Amino acid sequence: MVSQLQAQDGVEGIGYPNSSGDLSSEMEVDAFRRLFPLRFFERHLSESIRPDGRPLGRARDTTLALGAVASANGSALVKIGLTTMLAAIKMEVMTPLKESPDEGCIAVEFHMPPICSPLVRPGRPAEVAPVVSKQFSGMIDLKDLSLVSGKAAWMAYLDIYCLDADGSLFDAALLSAVAAFSHLQIPVVSMNDEGRVIVVSEENDGGGDAVNKEKRKLRLCRTPISLTCILHKNYILADPTAEEESIMETLVTVVLDSSDQLVSLYKPGGPALAHTSSVQDCIALTRQRVKEVQTIFDETISGMEVD
Amino acid sequence: MEIDRIDGRTRNQLRPLACSRNVLNRAHGSASWSQGDTKVLAAVYGPKAGTKKNENPEKACIEVIWKAKTGQSAILKNFLMDLGKLEKEYEMILKRTLQSICILTVNPNTTTTIIVQVVHDDGALLPCAINAACAAFVDAGIPLKHLAGNKTYGCLQFIPLFKECFLTNALVCAVAICCGLVESGYVILDPTKLEEQKMKAFTYLVFPNSVLSVLPEGSLQEEGEPVEHGIITSVTQGAMGVDDYFHCLERGRATCEKMSAFLRRSLQPQTPK
Repeated sequence: MVSQLQAQDGVEGIGYPNSSGDLSSEMEVDAFRRLFPLRFFERHLSESIRPDGRPLGRARDTTLALGAVASANGSALVKIGLTTMLAAIKMEVMTPLKESPDEGCIAVEFHMPPICSPLVRPGRPAEVAPVVSKQFSGMIDLKDLSLVSGKAAWMAYLDIYCLDADGSLFDAALLSAVAAFSHLQIPVVSMNDEGRVIVVSEENDGGGDAVNKEKRKLRLCRTPISLTCILHKNYILADPTAEEESIMETLVTVVLDSSDQLVSLYKPGGPALAHTSSVQDCIALTRQRVKEVQTIFDETISGMEVD
Repeated sequence: MEIDRIDGRTRNQLRPLACSRNVLNRAHGSASWSQGDTKVLAAVYGPKAGTKKNENPEKACIEVIWKAKTGQSAILKNFLMDLGKLEKEYEMILKRTLQSICILTVNPNTTTTIIVQVVHDDGALLPCAINAACAAFVDAGIPLKHLAGNKTYGCLQFIPLFKECFLTNALVCAVAICCGLVESGYVILDPTKLEEQKMKAFTYLVFPNSVLSVLPEGSLQEEGEPVEHGIITSVTQGAMGVDDYFHCLERGRATCEKMSAFLRRSLQPQTPK
């Protein structure tokens, strides 16, 4: 989508390269965008529009597909604009730790393979992963993952793959993880004669009784939804693309859950300072976004049930 | 209300602060910072020529190396969220925070390395490390933003030649604080490790140091708020109400004013040459 402003510039630039006037009017739009990225963006922002045609506070179109990986116990593919995340959960039986005999474990791994971006920065993957896993600390009651106290518990391996990194990676990663957990089907297991827990496959009913007939679904204590915003001068840009993130560097990520609790407000430095008013604006934008995402969630889940 | 913490502090009371700079002989700048039993040692080397791969050569690059206290028997609840990951995150937050307070255009295409050694962790580790890092940067004479209002520091770029001169004119950078939210809904400052574990949620906040201005218009304003009220870095853990967060913010600001006064005092040049 091309904004009005850009189109005008383009016609002028390509059509009549006259030597008089502002430099910006005699240059092709693409060249101007590359040479003076900040000025290019600021000219758009002053018109309350972004180069991709969005208003400042609007997030990109979001789609959600559950069950994208057949071999995993739970999975989801999320697209926010062009940013694509694939999350998959694999459940394994483990012996719980001595310190917490009736708790399971969740291991979150965030991958950024070279496919996702021309500049896979070595520092980048490490920065999102621990933050994502921290959001799960209160989301799932680890006691729900217990099978036999002190003997067996579930270990949930959550792997998130970034397939296309076009900004707001954390938002997409968190959304895909939440979706994968809501899609998760815990396999039925039973205890055999030697006291070991084995997975019951559908064909042969391995003898013994299933340990977890009822507990096939995980209950989510809360559903965290996040929105990343850019702070630049007086503007607040919701859900930035990779280009916007590289030009305007102050990012604020707000995570709210469905009951309007603030799960995280994350601002790792950045040249602009966040004042109370801008923090409030970011939180308000996130509230809106939570509602949006919840409708998308509901639609997807009801769509699944019809199938 | 009065004494409701294990160590007898009131809610708003910090642990005793201590800061000494120039503690290491070979480092270009160094400082140690302690808040109660939490102690962090920071050393700055550089600026050295050249930047690392993928860094912008038109700006100065900051490299942070986080050294945890080894031999720690910290068995985390979630054992796979290992210490390595946490360190990486702290490194990243520290780097971004320092980047936003340093004037990066002064020494383009250079790398400044800061090594943060945790001496003891008794809660509020990250704020402590940020304070130590800032003190070490001041000690090294790296030009920082949010300094004293004396506008002459532009001529003091040729560090560390002008190190002492720089210190007299321009002081300090950023202050960090940890606010904890206890189950019953009130905010306590600067929690110890024990308190941190019991807490519902906590937040680390970094604010610019309050500005001492010689300009007639007084303190600098931005969006109707003084600059030192803007948040440089905010990291939270655990869920809290939105109002609770703003409450923490308020407390953090009030405390940071006092902390920056302390920092200013302790970073006055020790030996005039």
